[in-house]
Amino acid sequence: MADQVYWEDVTEGMELPSIVKEPTTRQLVQYAGASGDFYEIHYDKDFAIGNQLDGPILHGALKSAFLGQLVTDWIGPLGTLKRLQCQYRGMDAPGNPITARGTVTRKYEEDGLRLVDCEIRLENAEGQNTTPGYATVILPSRNG
Amino acid sequence: MSTPANFLTEEMRQQAIGVESPPVTFEVEKGHILRFAEAIGDPNPQYTDEAEARRGRNGGLVAPPTFLRSVRGVNLELPFELSFSRRLDGGSDWEYFHPVRPGDRITAVARVAEMTERSGRLGTMVFMTTITTYSNQFEEVVATQTNTLIAY
Repeated sequence: MADQVYWEDVTEGMELPSIVKEPTTRQLVQYAGASGDFYEIHYDKDFAIGNQLDGPILHGALKSAFLGQLVTDWIGPLGTLKRLQCQYRGMDAPGNPITARGTVTRKYEEDGLRLVDCEIRLENAEGQNTTPGYATVILPSRNG
Repeated sequence: MSTPANFLTEEMRQQAIGVESPPVTFEVEKGHILRFAEAIGDPNPQYTDEAEARRGRNGGLVAPPTFLRSVRGVNLELPFELSFSRRLDGGSDWEYFHPVRPGDRITAVARVAEMTERSGRLGTMVFMTTITTYSNQFEEVVATQTNTLIAY
């Protein structure tokens, strides 16, 4: 597989290929249906405003799904996601594009596994990190 | 809407920690995985394309990492009412042990790990940390999710 990243190819400090997501209210409704989370702050503007918000906001779990995609796109079909952590520090609203980014922070071997830790984040259009987190993955080796 | 300035006593905190939900069992359907992958906008063939997924390390279709968020009905019965009308999700921490596949029967149990109170921009806020353990029909733990709920 041409796109597969191997543990040997990784260096600490390298950036993961970023992905841009353009969430819409329609996507939030779609996510509400698929996840069963129908809390109205995610699609009902009046309800959101009544809850001291400026308008509907993204589901936190949808934002972690975006970060999940960032990492699983990078590790390819032979990589394994072991840990995915993030905090919803800032709110993101539909209509505003967000970019998922990541940086390799540590490359190591443990219990015979080839592991990589990454710092991951979602940046809004102003470049603010609304959703900091980290991930740990297992990567395949070129040496089998 | 008024919220109490100081809500959580140490006694309440001790009562809450360790509270566990009844188990909820959930069948993983292929069509649900497809709808979930579409909803998060992730075209990864590991979730939807059987032939492609077969060449991956799991040897078949799997669910996206956050798919288990769609297990609903996991109810924690606290010994007191969390008397705040508003809720925010503070963050989540997933650990993965086995893939989740179509046809799996997943049982979820949630447990309260911590409860704290803070004052912030939105007034008094209660942070409840829960750990949900997801097991499959082979009694393997497939994932755990630590989640922080903010009530305010």
